[in-house]
Amino acid sequence: MASMRDIKRRRSSIQGTQQITKAMKLVSTVKLQRARANAERSKEYFTCMYDTVNSILKRVGHIEHRYLVPGASQKKAVIVITSNRGLAGGYNSNVVKLVTRNTEWNKDDVVVYALGNKGREAFTRYGYQVKVCHSDIVESPVYADAMALSQELLQSFAAGEVGEIYLAYTAFKNTVSHVPTLLKLLPVEYTDETEEKAEKAEAIMNFEPEDVEALDLILPKYMTSLIYGALMESVASENGARMQAMDSATSNAEEMINDLALKYNRARQGSITQELTEIIAGAEALG
Amino acid sequence: MAEKNTFLLRIITPDRLFYEGQVEMVEFNTTEGEIGVLPGHIPLTVILKPGILNIYEPEAEKHAALHAGFAEILQDQVTILAEIIEWPSEIDQERASAAKARAEDRLRSKTPETDIARAETALQRAVARIELLK
Repeated sequence: MASMRDIKRRRSSIQGTQQITKAMKLVSTVKLQRARANAERSKEYFTCMYDTVNSILKRVGHIEHRYLVPGASQKKAVIVITSNRGLAGGYNSNVVKLVTRNTEWNKDDVVVYALGNKGREAFTRYGYQVKVCHSDIVESPVYADAMALSQELLQSFAAGEVGEIYLAYTAFKNTVSHVPTLLKLLPVEYTDETEEKAEKAEAIMNFEPEDVEALDLILPKYMTSLIYGALMESVASENGARMQAMDSATSNAEEMINDLALKYNRARQGSITQELTEIIAGAEALG
Repeated sequence: MAEKNTFLLRIITPDRLFYEGQVEMVEFNTTEGEIGVLPGHIPLTVILKPGILNIYEPEAEKHAALHAGFAEILQDQVTILAEIIEWPSEIDQERASAAKARAEDRLRSKTPETDIARAETALQRAVARIELLK
């Protein structure tokens, strides 16, 4: 059996760790609340944007627009949003897996735009081509960052460097459920599912300037809003995931401390019993 | 009942709901020129250009600098999706003046690398900000 002193030392070390995980949990709870409020505020903008873009696309039908057909290049650009720091459970690895486990994609055709250090590290390790890394964006995303990034991507799309653009992020459903999601940004895909609802409302919508020109101007904005929305949701998910991870770490520590406390008490009792036996035995020998 | 002479104006930015309320008229700058919208306008979607946004409420007038985005106009509702928009109180005059000078400089000393479109947009933006503060 381990000595009393060893047990005591181990217990206090775990207590120290528990204090850290508890503090981290509290911090991420607060951050989560803020990130979540932000994500919800940006959602309205995105929903409006989505509706408008969908209604335009529906109206113009299947036209040959440069943002609606895949580029000639085989290359695929993937924006991967991860965090800068770890200790967030499976948050980072789940997003990375979306790309690495994708069997349809050839490793050499993928160009990674890593947002967040953890993603960059993972993709470099796996041997992917990591083009740029904006690790400071994910700390507190602002709209201008998303705008700069989408412009950069649109330029390389226009230049024919990449044929398709994807976005890998963690969607924030609620505090406990975060879903790693892979989204196709370009060429823009749209669904006809809202057809009935939209029909009478869109029937007389006019555009100024004309459709194609409007698409040219609106689709980049649409892409920016998608990236921005994904950033906001990812930040919320990151903090949610960290909160959960730290919560279970804290309760695991609690369990271990209880276990060690029991062992310690047993060891103490054992040593007392042993001492008593020795004293009695000594007294008997003298008497 | 008298004909309704106001409509709902909603201005949404990526970060917040910038404005929401019943208004009589709203004016802003688009790629096709400046327009004013009254209730009962035909449905129209327009792309915005940097300019001043004038909101005419039944009792008051409000102004803001609107820089980018687009607007969806329906008969009884106007939704402006603004990428960048500011109330006068949020504008830094010195910064706007500096930006104006910089953009003018860039346009004057044209080199092949100058991104003309970008410089022009920057100039329009700065001008809109300064105009608004007057």
